[in-house]
Amino acid sequence: MIDSLVDSPLFGITLTLGVYTLAQVLYGRFRHVLLNPVALSIGGIILFLLALDIPFQSYALGGDLILFLLGPAVVALAVPLYERRQEILKYKLPIVAGVASGGITSIVTATSLVWILGGSRELVLSVAPKSVTAPIAIGIVESIGGIAPLAAAIVVLTGCLGAVCGPEFCRRVGIVDPVSMGIAMGTAAHGIGTARMLEVDRLGGALSGLAIGLNGMLTAAMISLFFGFFG
Amino acid sequence: MVRGFAILLLCLLLGELIVRFCGISLPGNVAGMVLLLFALRLGLVQLGQVKEAANLLLSNLALLFVPAGVGVMVYLDIIQTSWLPILASLVLSTFAVLLVTGKVAQRLKPKSGESCDD
Repeated sequence: MIDSLVDSPLFGITLTLGVYTLAQVLYGRFRHVLLNPVALSIGGIILFLLALDIPFQSYALGGDLILFLLGPAVVALAVPLYERRQEILKYKLPIVAGVASGGITSIVTATSLVWILGGSRELVLSVAPKSVTAPIAIGIVESIGGIAPLAAAIVVLTGCLGAVCGPEFCRRVGIVDPVSMGIAMGTAAHGIGTARMLEVDRLGGALSGLAIGLNGMLTAAMISLFFGFFG
Repeated sequence: MVRGFAILLLCLLLGELIVRFCGISLPGNVAGMVLLLFALRLGLVQLGQVKEAANLLLSNLALLFVPAGVGVMVYLDIIQTSWLPILASLVLSTFAVLLVTGKVAQRLKPKSGESCDD
C-alpha cells in the first residue's frame, strides 16, 4: 500500500513543496546564506529518499511535473523584459557586454577545466551550459549529446553556489553597485542567483532576471554554433 | 490567470514547433520567450493578460529547480569518479563569470554613485 502511494505524482510533489516550505521557514528565521532554501531542499530530499530507500524514479513522477513548469517559466521571462524595456535601454551597453563576456567566460572556463582535469567528453558537453537556466541548459545539452539530467543538476548546483557566495564575492572584488552585481548574478547563477539578488536589491534582481534570458539565448546560440561545427 | 497560462503554454508550443520545423538548434522555450516578447511589443497580447501567471511562476522560480537538483543522486557514481573536474569547473568557473561580468558591466555603466549593502 505504501509502495503504491510512493509511486504516484502526489508523493514527489508533496515532498518537494513540504521540504521547500520547511527550508524557507528555516531561512526566514536565521537569514544565513548557507541555509539557501534550494540547496537545503535538494539535500533534504536526497537524504530522505536514500534513508527510506525510495528510488529517484518514484520521486521523479511528481518531480517531473514541477520541472515541467520551468518551460512556461522561461517563456514568462518575456514579461519582466517587456516591462523594464526603458531601464534596459538605459543600461543596454553594460548588460549586453557584461552578459556576452560572462557567457563566453562560462563556456570556455567550465569546459576547459573539465577537459584539462581529465573529464569524459560527455562530461565536458554536460558542463558547457552550466550558467544557463536549467530548461535552456537541458535543451542545449540534448542537442549536442551530453547527459541532460546531469547537466540540469550541475546547473542547479552552480546556481546554489552563486546564490550562497555570489554577493559576498562581488563585494570582495569591488563590484558593489546593484546594477553590475545584478547582471553578474543572473549571468553566473541564473534563476537561483536571481532569487537571492532580489533580496539584495530590487533593480539588481530585475537586471539579474534579464541576464538569465539574454545569457540563455546567447549561450544556446554560441554552443550550438561551436559544437555544431566542431562537435 | 488561466488565460495567462494558456498564452504562456501556447507560446511554448509554438516555440517548440518553430524550432523543430526550421531545424534551429535553439531550445523551444527560448523561442517561446522571444515569441511572447514580440506578441507583447506588437500588442497581440496585453501585459495584463499574462502578468499574473508569469509572476506566479517567476516569484517561485527557485522552487522549480529543486527536482532537477535532486536528479544529482542518479549520477552519484559519475560524480564520485569525476568529482575533481566537476567541482573545479563549478567553483572556479562560477567565480570567473561573476568577476568578468561584474567588472565589464561596471566599466561600461553610466555613472551613478549608488552601492548596495545586504
